[in-house]
Amino acid sequence: MEILVCVKRVPDTEENEIRLNSAGNDIERDDLVYSVNEWDNYAVEEAIQIIDRVGGCVTVVTVGNEEAEEVLRREMAMGAEKGILLKDAAFESCDGKGIATILAGLVKKGKYDLILTGAQADDGAAQVGGMLAAMLDLPYASLVNKIEVQDNKLKVGREIEGGNQEMNEIELPCVLSIQTGINEPRYVGIRGIRKVASVEIPAYGASDLGVDAGSIGAVVKRTDYFVPAMGEGAEMITGSLDEIVAKLVEILKAKGGIK
Amino acid sequence: MAQIFAYITHKNGKADDTALELAAAAKKINAGADIKAVVVGSGVDAVCQEAAASFKEVWKIDKAEVAYPNAEIIRGLLVNALPKDAIVLLAHDTFAMDLGPGLSIKKGVPYVADVVGIDAVEGSTLKAVRQEFGGQISTHVSCDIASGAVITLRPGAFEADESKSAGGSVVDKTGDAGTVAAKRKFLEVVQAEAGEVDITKADVLVSIGRGIEDQENIPIAQELAEAMGAVVSCSRPIVDAKWLEKARQVGTSGQTVKPNIYMAMGISGSFQHLGGIKGGYIIAVNKNSKAPIFQVADIGVVANILEVMPALTEKIKEG
Ligand SMILES: Cc1cc2nc3c(=O)[nH]c(=O)nc-3n(C[C@H](O)[C@H](O)[C@H](O)COP(=O)(O)OP(=O)(O)OC[C@H]3O[C@@H](n4cnc5c(N)ncnc54)[C@H](O)[C@@H]3O)c2cc1C
Repeated sequence: MEILVCVKRVPDTEENEIRLNSAGNDIERDDLVYSVNEWDNYAVEEAIQIIDRVGGCVTVVTVGNEEAEEVLRREMAMGAEKGILLKDAAFESCDGKGIATILAGLVKKGKYDLILTGAQADDGAAQVGGMLAAMLDLPYASLVNKIEVQDNKLKVGREIEGGNQEMNEIELPCVLSIQTGINEPRYVGIRGIRKVASVEIPAYGASDLGVDAGSIGAVVKRTDYFVPAMGEGAEMITGSLDEIVAKLVEILKAKGGIK
Repeated sequence: MAQIFAYITHKNGKADDTALELAAAAKKINAGADIKAVVVGSGVDAVCQEAAASFKEVWKIDKAEVAYPNAEIIRGLLVNALPKDAIVLLAHDTFAMDLGPGLSIKKGVPYVADVVGIDAVEGSTLKAVRQEFGGQISTHVSCDIASGAVITLRPGAFEADESKSAGGSVVDKTGDAGTVAAKRKFLEVVQAEAGEVDITKADVLVSIGRGIEDQENIPIAQELAEAMGAVVSCSRPIVDAKWLEKARQVGTSGQTVKPNIYMAMGISGSFQHLGGIKGGYIIAVNKNSKAPIFQVADIGVVANILEVMPALTEKIKEG
């Protein structure tokens, strides 16, 4: 099976406090720690497990700049055989639809049986997979947390509300967005990264992909970034560890939190 | 302006609570518009009647093949039945994530996902608020909705329009929706397994998130819970890592809890997590002072949970 997994390099929200830049038109990107979008690691792991069972090849692709190559190499160190970088100045001002258009250009150049994306990325829109599928006229399922390969189709589980799972049969080729928890992504060590350090990663631009650079500008435009209003806001307790703990015990006792 | 349609999701013959939120959001897009509801399913008369209380007109698409909401088929039905320039509103839930992006492509209109606020519509430009980076940063987005749009709205972000005085009529559009072939077939819904504990019944929850950092630290939370007479619950990454069982997960894809006290320990406060907390006094400890959890908590502490929890356990044991 030929599997394409779409991955993204994103600021790591666990490692960083995301701040606004002074102009308020972007986040402060200096000194940010970047990593692979959490959901994408699960997608790559699932792809590798599928080809371990049925044979084939996993290709990882990202739309980004040179620095995005590092996430491709990380996912290749997990076991993806090939990496492809989609890079062009025209790609920089894209929204989700633009990204899907670029990826669709790549998919049309190849012959993939299965295309995976993460369920969502840092913008929380959960849109690229579904758009890509619709552009390619392929069937789609989102939030997939189980995949069984059967002849020319898959049996997939989708996560729905309340922890329930919706089982579907879906014909190949298809596009799936992968939800966390489907597997346990393998650990990538320095040695794994070193092993793929010299593998060549081809880069394609708009014209290579047959994508009209003029058609991929953002339709949904961000006009600014801001820090969300603090709501009612919590009453903050400060002080030494002892003081904090004493105060917490007092509150817990008053509210019936200690039995 | 284009007609606005609110897509009503439903289960067991009842409209989802978000229907009234969509009604409210629609009015923010166009206060004067006659907002229509669209109900798709099999045997949906009761849902249509319910929707007619809040919407002037309810478009019904009643078909056996969508007795379960198969997004691929519903997408085709909507493309056939709705006006080309319709503005379609959906609650941003697991169904919308399945349907929305593809629907926007097939209709050739903008897709605005997970909107938490609508500032204004100026001319045909929608100005909306979204969140990024797990709720740490908000952003204003704008797009032209003159030729239609698909917009998903975060459940709970818009106050429900409870007026229910529309006295609307139901129009059967099943014929217009045509038939749609699908390459995806619904099989069944597998219910979540019940766990050994029922966190939905606990008065006090010590809930841990990714801030617990390591499986080896789980006992620190268990000891605190034991000292308090509380139960341990968690956010999703803890379950994904298999450190605790699924039945302990709080959130939209886990359990809905209503404790008296909810201790959020090292939990950032993403909306999918908060969606599972209905009421309760929230005490949040997080090392990031900007964590969105502090927007909803009653008491906040900026600190390391790996220090606070053991010290708290000790203090409680002292009596
Ligand atoms: C469709 C869908 C459904 C989902 N359903 C759910 C759901 O039901 N429940 C759920 O929880 N999530 C759900 N999620 C995931 C959700 O979006 C978040 O990814 C998740 O809730 C984040 O969990 P967290 O807060 O523990 O981790 P993070 O967001 O990584 O936050 C960890 C926090 O811990 C803090 N921290 C780290 N170390 C320490 C320390 N030593 N001391 C103090 N603080 C520390 C950090 O500052 C950070 O704020 C869902 C996602 C999707 C797409």
